[in-house]
Amino acid sequence: MTIEGSGPEVTDREHESSPELGDQAGADAGVSPSASRITRPAGSEPSAPSPNGAPGHEAEQTPGLSISLEQLRAFYGSNEAVRGVDLEFRANEVTAIIGPSGCGKSTLIRCINRMHEEIPGAQAEGRVMLEGLDVYDPSVDVVAVRRAIGMVFQKPNPFPTMSIFDNVAAGPRLTSSRRGDLRQTVESALRSAGLWDEVADRLDEPGAGLSGGQQQRLCIARSLAVDPDVILMDEPCSALDPIATLKIEELIDQLKRRVTIVIVTHNMQQAARVADRTAFMLDGRLVEVGPTQGIFTTPKDPRTEEYVTGKFG
Amino acid sequence: MSAHGASAQPLSRFAVSPERRRRDALARTAILGATILALIPLVLIVYYLLHKGLGSWSTSFFTTDPTGDTFFKNSNIGGIKSAILGTLEIVAIASAMAIPVGICVAIWLVEYGRGSRFASIVRFAVDVLTGVPSIVFGLFIYIVLVVGTGSTYAGYKGSCALALLMLPVVIRSAEVILLLVPSGLRESALALGAPRWRVIFRVVLPTALPGMVTGVLLAVARAGGETAPLLFTAGATLKTNFDLGQFMNSLPVQIYSDVTSPTTSVEHRAWGAALALVSIILLLNVVARLASRRSRLG
Repeated sequence: MTIEGSGPEVTDREHESSPELGDQAGADAGVSPSASRITRPAGSEPSAPSPNGAPGHEAEQTPGLSISLEQLRAFYGSNEAVRGVDLEFRANEVTAIIGPSGCGKSTLIRCINRMHEEIPGAQAEGRVMLEGLDVYDPSVDVVAVRRAIGMVFQKPNPFPTMSIFDNVAAGPRLTSSRRGDLRQTVESALRSAGLWDEVADRLDEPGAGLSGGQQQRLCIARSLAVDPDVILMDEPCSALDPIATLKIEELIDQLKRRVTIVIVTHNMQQAARVADRTAFMLDGRLVEVGPTQGIFTTPKDPRTEEYVTGKFG
Repeated sequence: MSAHGASAQPLSRFAVSPERRRRDALARTAILGATILALIPLVLIVYYLLHKGLGSWSTSFFTTDPTGDTFFKNSNIGGIKSAILGTLEIVAIASAMAIPVGICVAIWLVEYGRGSRFASIVRFAVDVLTGVPSIVFGLFIYIVLVVGTGSTYAGYKGSCALALLMLPVVIRSAEVILLLVPSGLRESALALGAPRWRVIFRVVLPTALPGMVTGVLLAVARAGGETAPLLFTAGATLKTNFDLGQFMNSLPVQIYSDVTSPTTSVEHRAWGAALALVSIILLLNVVARLASRRSRLG
């Protein structure tokens, strides 16, 4: 089980998937020029590392893409977890999704990069538009969708058999989108995740040896290494202590310059701190969405007000 | 609790009653006793193996074939070379057949067939096969490959019988280990945009490798020690033979025939052969563990 080495299928796969998605993107009149970035070779990414992840540099990077959900419904077998949601996630903004446990917010974001369908018996209906491209269109390669829309999970889960370096390099290697200098890609991703200074001298050590907060930033670096347009975060701080949480939140603020961020959180203060816009969900339905300040101070729906003031949930 | 006030009352609430102490001591003794009881046969086996087996070990023991001349006290009975080489060959061929197929079945069951009806049928069939006595596999091969082809015993037929025997063990152990790989690892690899086959080869299998090695070794060890399926598939012979189409000797069969001999020196050879069999499996274990540890770091 070597890390390197790629069979002939690798190149086949690349040739198969990319033009297909490209055709789809080109055929759709509503596609903005940046949506075709899905098919752009990873080597053309502007990934020159900045000395300390200075915000000024991040701004040069290609911007994130917007996502809009149109009548999205998600099922586990016959159980409907998301019941027809229309919601827009604006490009280069942080949108938080809040709501009580079991309201379907995790299921909702798992539909965006089509991870929902990995669960046996699970399926989704409706449309998820990445700019003008419906990621559920039959001609769309699910693998390409996930390269464009990264995901950070609740529990930090670096690959246990891999070193810190290999964990970050896993994306480019697993997707065979490795172009140019892998070391530079890894360094750039680690810098963007604010982890470079802590691990630069021990890149060969196992990723599982880091602290919980470092592991989660390693996972963020791992998802950044494939240069996604959108990053979905499913309660990324719920397993972390307050200091590690703060670091992740600062990171989110920097990352939104280059990607669109959707974050599911149970922590309403966190939503208030990091999100530009906040959406409140209840029983699989969207109750209200708007600028974060408005949701927390002048909610339009009484249920939102009850939730954000702690009357239930 | 309140530190001041009537002191006797609160303290007695926290004291362990003598009755509880007694029961605790009793339970601990019982558990320790059962452990020691289980260790007794294990220690005795190792003791007798070394005590009786080492005595018959010599250079010629490993470099000569059994002569078959066992009637006189002073006759040269020969060594176990053909048996060692035969076992290594038969088990190696059996492993080459059963391990790749078994791991593929386990991967299909866990990564692709999960929840499907066919998967539960396969799982049930594997469970049934695990419980089938080894002699039945031998019988099956005997009927199909020996009687069925109208030919005689052969090394490869023994391998086929052992492969059938190993298959369910390999599948079951590999499946259990694959299920232990956290689904979060699969998900985060898939979420990076990795195709499923790469997730399996680069993330799932490397994570599962050390555990899989253990399970596979169990299967190999079990096959290596089997006598019944070999008796009427590979047969028994004296000469070293590298032709898998011919009769082939093996350690378990050699031990079986030596133990039933009335000659003391031949009976001692059985102990020596048994010690050799155990040593081979132990060696295999150590080597495979070292190999899997190294590949994990690479």
